[in-house]
Amino acid sequence: MNKADDVFGLAAEFESHIDLLRAAEKSYEQGYRKMDAYTPFPIEGLAEALGKRNRVPLMAFIGGIIGGAGAYYMMWYANVVSYPINIGGRPLHSWPAFIPITFELTVLCAGLTAFFGSLGSCGLPKPYHPMFNLTEFERASQDRFFLCIEAHDAIFEPTKTREFLQGLNPVRVTEVPK
Amino acid sequence: MKEEQIQKTSASSASSAVKENISPLGYPTNLFTGQPSFQRVNETIGSVVLRDRQPRPWWIGFIIAFTLLMILFLAISWLLIRGVGVWGINIPVAWGYAIVNFVWWIGIAHAGTFISAILLLMFQHWRTAINRFSEAMTLFAIACAGMFPLLHLGRPWVFYWLFPYPDTMKMWPQFRSPLVWDVFAVGTYFTVSLLFWYLGLVPDLATVRDRARKKWQKIFYGVLALGWRNSAAHWQRHQIAYLLLAALATPLVLSVHSVVSLDFSVAQLPGWHSTIFPPYFVAGAIYSGFAMVITIVIPVRKIYRLESLITLRHFNNMANVMLVTGLIVAYGYFIEAFMSWYSGDIFEQYMMTNRAFGPYGWIFWLLMLVNVLIPQALWSARVRRNLIALFLVALSINLGMWLERFVIVITSLHRDFVPSSWGMFFPTIWDWATLFGSVGLFLTLLFLFIRFLPMIAISETRELVAEPEKAMTL
Repeated sequence: MNKADDVFGLAAEFESHIDLLRAAEKSYEQGYRKMDAYTPFPIEGLAEALGKRNRVPLMAFIGGIIGGAGAYYMMWYANVVSYPINIGGRPLHSWPAFIPITFELTVLCAGLTAFFGSLGSCGLPKPYHPMFNLTEFERASQDRFFLCIEAHDAIFEPTKTREFLQGLNPVRVTEVPK
Repeated sequence: MKEEQIQKTSASSASSAVKENISPLGYPTNLFTGQPSFQRVNETIGSVVLRDRQPRPWWIGFIIAFTLLMILFLAISWLLIRGVGVWGINIPVAWGYAIVNFVWWIGIAHAGTFISAILLLMFQHWRTAINRFSEAMTLFAIACAGMFPLLHLGRPWVFYWLFPYPDTMKMWPQFRSPLVWDVFAVGTYFTVSLLFWYLGLVPDLATVRDRARKKWQKIFYGVLALGWRNSAAHWQRHQIAYLLLAALATPLVLSVHSVVSLDFSVAQLPGWHSTIFPPYFVAGAIYSGFAMVITIVIPVRKIYRLESLITLRHFNNMANVMLVTGLIVAYGYFIEAFMSWYSGDIFEQYMMTNRAFGPYGWIFWLLMLVNVLIPQALWSARVRRNLIALFLVALSINLGMWLERFVIVITSLHRDFVPSSWGMFFPTIWDWATLFGSVGLFLTLLFLFIRFLPMIAISETRELVAEPEKAMTL
């Protein structure tokens, strides 16, 4: 295998999200795994077609549970164990009064985990990435659709992969330098 | 199967373009038909913030807002020098304008969350044109709201005592108190709203970054965009996190103002001690929030010529929401009066008589006029689609919701059980300066937002261009 070390991958540029979606499905069928698509708006089913997995909901769920349980424990510890105040003989462990903050902190922690989980699982913030070397890549945020097969994919082969991408009817296929 | 779907998509878009010049969303033809439609979206919305010169109305508005902000700083400085005595508060009216303004602002915030989160979950794509703007409004309104209880603390620099942390005094907050719930409710609301807003902004910041030509713009938007690459994996996680945050923000619309209302209704004071408060506060919050969105969007739309994006349909829908929530609020007023009579409790009955015919009676009747009577004009579709009329009704509701909080806070406090402890509240110039100054803070942030951040969701609009059937879902 003569994978060039200074190549990040090969990018095919498409004019519409329909072409791109079709290309992504074909590439996955062909056996390519290390690839990503770049689109100006979210396209339903694209990430799944590329075999991308998503754990953000699970993370947010766990975050919410930890937040809620932690909040209740904190209030119980503070108002029952550490600093009990007898107000008119009312029970110290007055759980209904602890519900609002339990709810709020559940939401807060789930929200924080969803936010940082989604950014973190994308590897953001990341100021530099080889894809930015691609000429016209700024159109990925405007009106063009890119599919990039990365050089470290198991079956990546500069010429064959280029031929394969050419066969998907792109506007052009370009090498992405590292 | 996918092919089939795709063909259906293109077929339906073609037919819709032929059938009508204007999509049901109200978008004009020039955005949805013709070849370079993405380009049009990018140019119209994506380049606004990159322009060198702002229109004259922006400068006029910003200067007025900034002047008011300086008045706020002056009022706060004087408050910090002399203490809360510079306000008109006293015993028995210990909660003066600070709490009235707090509740007013936090209510205004609610429409933003309602528009962006609840309508997102219901797949109401018409929200696209106004959601970013109303989210920003939410954020700035919470910032204004949060300021008031802090200033009202008397020693705002020790505000962190409100948080639970193991301190050297070996004390904890009293978690059974609604005032402590408030800290968590407002704090959570602000944080979740901020995350929701920023997460929605990241792809658009990347668009602006890629369109930027000047160095400072490239750096500024590049840093804010966090290196977003529009990759499929990014979008997948972004979309799910965005939906999750919307789902999390939705119950907050109900919980935050419920908790705020519990600040009042857990107390035993006549006029506060009422079970109707949580639902009636939530309805009032959405009511005032939509009024504020309309008040601000009408001039902004005019100045920035956004008629093609924010349409009469949006205003009609928002006016309908105001009409419904306004009726709930009116029902709340009625039930409050009815229950105080029906309770047979002498203090409750006196509270209601005093509210309507006591020294602050004229405010109560003004409230009835501007918050109950005038909004009934919204029954008319002609008023809902006439922007001048709608603007005036919205202004009336903004005033009305402020008066409502004045009536609740001040007329309840000033005469409670024992006549010997009755008193009067008169606002000082510093009360007014802080109120109008907070409007300045809100507007300054809003003008800066319009100037530096894309106020209409670019990527969502592109999605509507690419899949016009989504725009048809209404």
